[in-house]
Amino acid sequence: MSTRLATGGPLIDRDQPVEFSFNGKRLRGFVGDTLASALLANDQMLVGRSFKYHRPRGLLASGAEEPNALFNLGSGGTFEPNARATQTPLSNGLRAVSQNHWPSLDWDIGAVNASMARFLPAGFYYKTFMHPRPFWKHVFEPIIRRSAGLGRAPKAQDADRYEQVYAFCDKLIAGGGVAGLQAALTAARAGERIILFEQAGHWGGRAPVDGAEVDGMPAAEWVAEAVAALTAMPNVTIRLNACVTGVYDHGYVLASERISGVVRERLWRIRAAQVIAATGAIERPLAFAGNDLPGVMLASAVRDYIVNWAVSPGDRTVVVTNNDDAYRSAIALVKAGLSVPAILDARPDVGGQLPEAARALGIRVEAGKGVAKVKGGKRVTGVSVCLQAGEGTVVEEIACDAVAMSGGWSPVVHLWSHCGGKLVWDEAQAIFRPDPRSPPTGHDGEAFVTCVGAASGDLGNADEAPMTPVWMMPQGAGAKLRAKMWLDYQNDVKVSDVQLAAREGYESVEHAKRYTTLGMATDQGKTSNINGLAILSNALDQAIPKVGTTTFRPPYTPVTIGTLAGEARGDVFQPLRRTPMHDWHEAHGAHWEPVGHWRRPYCYLRDGEGIEQAVQREVNNTRQRLGLLDASTLGKIMVKGPDAGRLLDMLYTNMMSTLPVGKCRYGLMCNENGFLMDDGVVARLSEDSFLCHTTSGGADRIHAWMEDWLQCEWWDWKVYTANLTEQFAQVAVVGPNARKLLEKLGGMDISREALPFMGWAEGQLGGFRVRIFRISFSGELSFEVAVPAGEGRAFWESLVEAGQEFGVMPYGTEALHIMRAEKGFIMIGDETDGTVTPQDLGLGWAISKKKDDYLGKRGQARGFLTDPDRWRLVGLETLDGSVIPEGAYAVAEGRNGNGQRNTEGRVTSTYHSPTLGRGIAMGLIRRGPDRMGETVTFPKIGGGEVKARIVSPIFFDPEGKKQDV
Amino acid sequence: MSEPVLASASAEGFARVEEICPQGMIAFRGDLEASEVRRALEEVTGLKIPKQRGILLDGERGLGWMSPDEVLILLPYADVPSALSTLQDRLSGAHHLAVDVSDARAVFRISGKRAREVLAKLAPVDLSPGCLGPGELRRTRVAQVAAAFWIDETGAITLICFRSVARYVSDLLMLSANQGTEIGLYEA
Repeated sequence: MSTRLATGGPLIDRDQPVEFSFNGKRLRGFVGDTLASALLANDQMLVGRSFKYHRPRGLLASGAEEPNALFNLGSGGTFEPNARATQTPLSNGLRAVSQNHWPSLDWDIGAVNASMARFLPAGFYYKTFMHPRPFWKHVFEPIIRRSAGLGRAPKAQDADRYEQVYAFCDKLIAGGGVAGLQAALTAARAGERIILFEQAGHWGGRAPVDGAEVDGMPAAEWVAEAVAALTAMPNVTIRLNACVTGVYDHGYVLASERISGVVRERLWRIRAAQVIAATGAIERPLAFAGNDLPGVMLASAVRDYIVNWAVSPGDRTVVVTNNDDAYRSAIALVKAGLSVPAILDARPDVGGQLPEAARALGIRVEAGKGVAKVKGGKRVTGVSVCLQAGEGTVVEEIACDAVAMSGGWSPVVHLWSHCGGKLVWDEAQAIFRPDPRSPPTGHDGEAFVTCVGAASGDLGNADEAPMTPVWMMPQGAGAKLRAKMWLDYQNDVKVSDVQLAAREGYESVEHAKRYTTLGMATDQGKTSNINGLAILSNALDQAIPKVGTTTFRPPYTPVTIGTLAGEARGDVFQPLRRTPMHDWHEAHGAHWEPVGHWRRPYCYLRDGEGIEQAVQREVNNTRQRLGLLDASTLGKIMVKGPDAGRLLDMLYTNMMSTLPVGKCRYGLMCNENGFLMDDGVVARLSEDSFLCHTTSGGADRIHAWMEDWLQCEWWDWKVYTANLTEQFAQVAVVGPNARKLLEKLGGMDISREALPFMGWAEGQLGGFRVRIFRISFSGELSFEVAVPAGEGRAFWESLVEAGQEFGVMPYGTEALHIMRAEKGFIMIGDETDGTVTPQDLGLGWAISKKKDDYLGKRGQARGFLTDPDRWRLVGLETLDGSVIPEGAYAVAEGRNGNGQRNTEGRVTSTYHSPTLGRGIAMGLIRRGPDRMGETVTFPKIGGGEVKARIVSPIFFDPEGKKQDV
Repeated sequence: MSEPVLASASAEGFARVEEICPQGMIAFRGDLEASEVRRALEEVTGLKIPKQRGILLDGERGLGWMSPDEVLILLPYADVPSALSTLQDRLSGAHHLAVDVSDARAVFRISGKRAREVLAKLAPVDLSPGCLGPGELRRTRVAQVAAAFWIDETGAITLICFRSVARYVSDLLMLSANQGTEIGLYEA
């Protein structure tokens, strides 16, 4: 059994016990434990079930590479799936639950998959579930979803907060081992701004565990001094529990920091002039049968648990290796008072310092031997020993509780590779290491990532005997053994799967990866990539460098979605734009409609009123008495300069330069292709200045459009623009009583003579500084009044108060839409969708024939835009008075190649008109205006149809008498 | 009228965040090299034209560089109309644009020894004292909206954003200044 040793463990504080639970069982550990070390200390060897075969799995590693020990942590709002136990600090009350088992971890029904293993080969799902199609959705998928998969998706809203921070430095150092600390000290002493991040909860990496010496000092002491020195320097920021997850172009680096407190995690968004990857190396497993049984661990992890946390993996540990480093684990075990029955070394000759030290401790070293098979069910009970050179004949059985394996080391080259750093195969060490001749390059063509320490390929083992690559143990293993040799623990990929993929023609390593799932999921193949591609290259009979690696993509370790979202949730999920009258609307029953990032009242609900009733009331009241609309969201762009008129003549389809000062004119804007993109009223403020109103959603876009043309094409025109949208609150005062209300406020002559239709005037109204535009989007007598935004709320309230005697009511966007539709006024986004020209909409009158050019003119001359068969705007009057469903298509005779009904038009706006008491609509119909009086048919969803007569789109007051009084 | 956009917006976290009364602001565009423009701007503000990305402040007045052909004039809210007419008089013959944008904006002040950290969480800006000090006007974004800010000699930051998003920015700043979320990067 695994247990806590009586002494040792520099990372734990035995005076601070911690209580936690695993699958409901209450367990104890210490402050400084990881969840992994604490579980092992409690003899919890079994930590999960494998992905596909539901095989029992135990801890393999002690760091970021751990593939098996993934847990659901917490519950409700703090639930987190797929948390890696080796990187989860133990805390009081921590609640961990293992994943991927049913009904329990110890007795899992899915384990029958294991006995079916030969029916679940690589590509099983692709091969099996092709036909019949409906089965996929209704039969296969639900079953697979239940039986496969790792953590569960959280269901409750996340109770924690996350944040992001932008940071800048000369050197970003990833990894707080000796190499990283050395690099940091050098750069910091040179006065550079340094950020040093270490993913683990302690400094020093492997060196203190391995008993190394640095600068003649024991590594642990050196590390403590280095950290103290760096902490004292003002130009240095150092963090533990902060993992550099990705390196991107131009020295952009993302790192995720785990913090406990008000904020749970912080995403660092760093611009670094140079990135130093001091990311160390990861030990490789050996591929022998049963290498996934709980109790089989990486030799370095065994050493870590003993030395750092004083946890023994078992009383008797067999070490199996192809290199000298694993001897350190054997020595550490014996020094901790534990037994190492044998070291099985696959190399035929074993000599040198470390093996001799092991022999001196009385450890039996077996050269040229390997593991034929690990024995046991839910944990290791022994190993069968064989000759590495043979086919797996058992020469001896050794009883043991744990197996410490080492297949050599792979430098962590991820950060080097994220931005295109190339790798080179180092035959002697059997590693891919960074190729310094092909680094990732920055804006200046120079390298911006450097690897130091083990990450550079310098494994620090120059004085050790060379390792011998062992990709399979024994090298001549038969099919039965190969089917039990795991390469990728997380995805349940075995040697036999990769070999099958090769036989089936998956020669590219990228294809083989996707076919077998080798190297996928949360650990991204940290322990399996090299072993897997070695097996593949062997099966393909190609050299390893020829096969190559799969692409290293960020993130290095998974980043929570919460961290990526950062602060953007709840109230600040998205900026909400509010007009100066927003709070008034809210207090008066506004039913909101999103318009871009704005919220506009759709209607104002009164007690007991439904939305539809409210809208009808607002329309009727505005048509009969007096309505107020908050029009503040309309874009307002000032265009000024000697060439202002010339610019507007190019931007609008009609002539703006001839507009007299004091007047307004409605205009259309098209893109270069001739399609209508915005509309609005332009007011000429002075000889050289215009105020252009745009749609609410178009303000920023149209301002940018103007600047684009001015800065890039017509840079020599003398025009300045300014977006004044938010400087003014704007209120549309609409209805037969509109003038009476403004006259009551007093201060300006707004008679028909002084301020005629399509005129504007400036002055003081009821003490407010105003600009009044006599424009109408409803067909009623209408004044749009602009005041400085800071006075908007007060102005609105004074209108509401003074308007009581005239029957004033605010109205929302839906009433606005209905009234403009009754008048046949188009709405950008309803009648237009980016494929509609002004000509399609019968707006030919707003297109100047006199101008040489305007944006869109040439586009509109193209043949298909002048085709008389185009769908063009008409009014639609239903024969039965009902409302045509929104988005409905008019059907024509026959069917198209897909068997669908042919169409001859569609509805663009459709409403019940309270003014006319029946359904009205506008639509684009083939040859529409030429077919007045004809009937078209609109099928309804769910059956039935509506017939409508083609009429003029102007349903109400076609002479425009009401607005011009 | 010069009242803050939000009814009440101030909070004490690890830094103090408050909305301050509207600042008079004029957006001015023109040929910043022209001597008549320089003279007119100096008459209105008492200040020379700042260098690229710079801002000059003198009591209640200031002049901030916005782009090669734009400056932001800061002045008391009540003085805007007279300043506009002065500019119009002096520059009647010169192509320019000068408009009141005081009401289009909201202004916040972030103070305290860790004021820089509040913004380091929101703006992609190097806020270290060695990089951003008094005299610089930084046009950038805070989270998802446009903003501009400068830092004064006391280490306090003045931040301008659009009026419609005043509540959003206020919420962001206060969230970022929450006690216990100090980053430990900058301390004035």
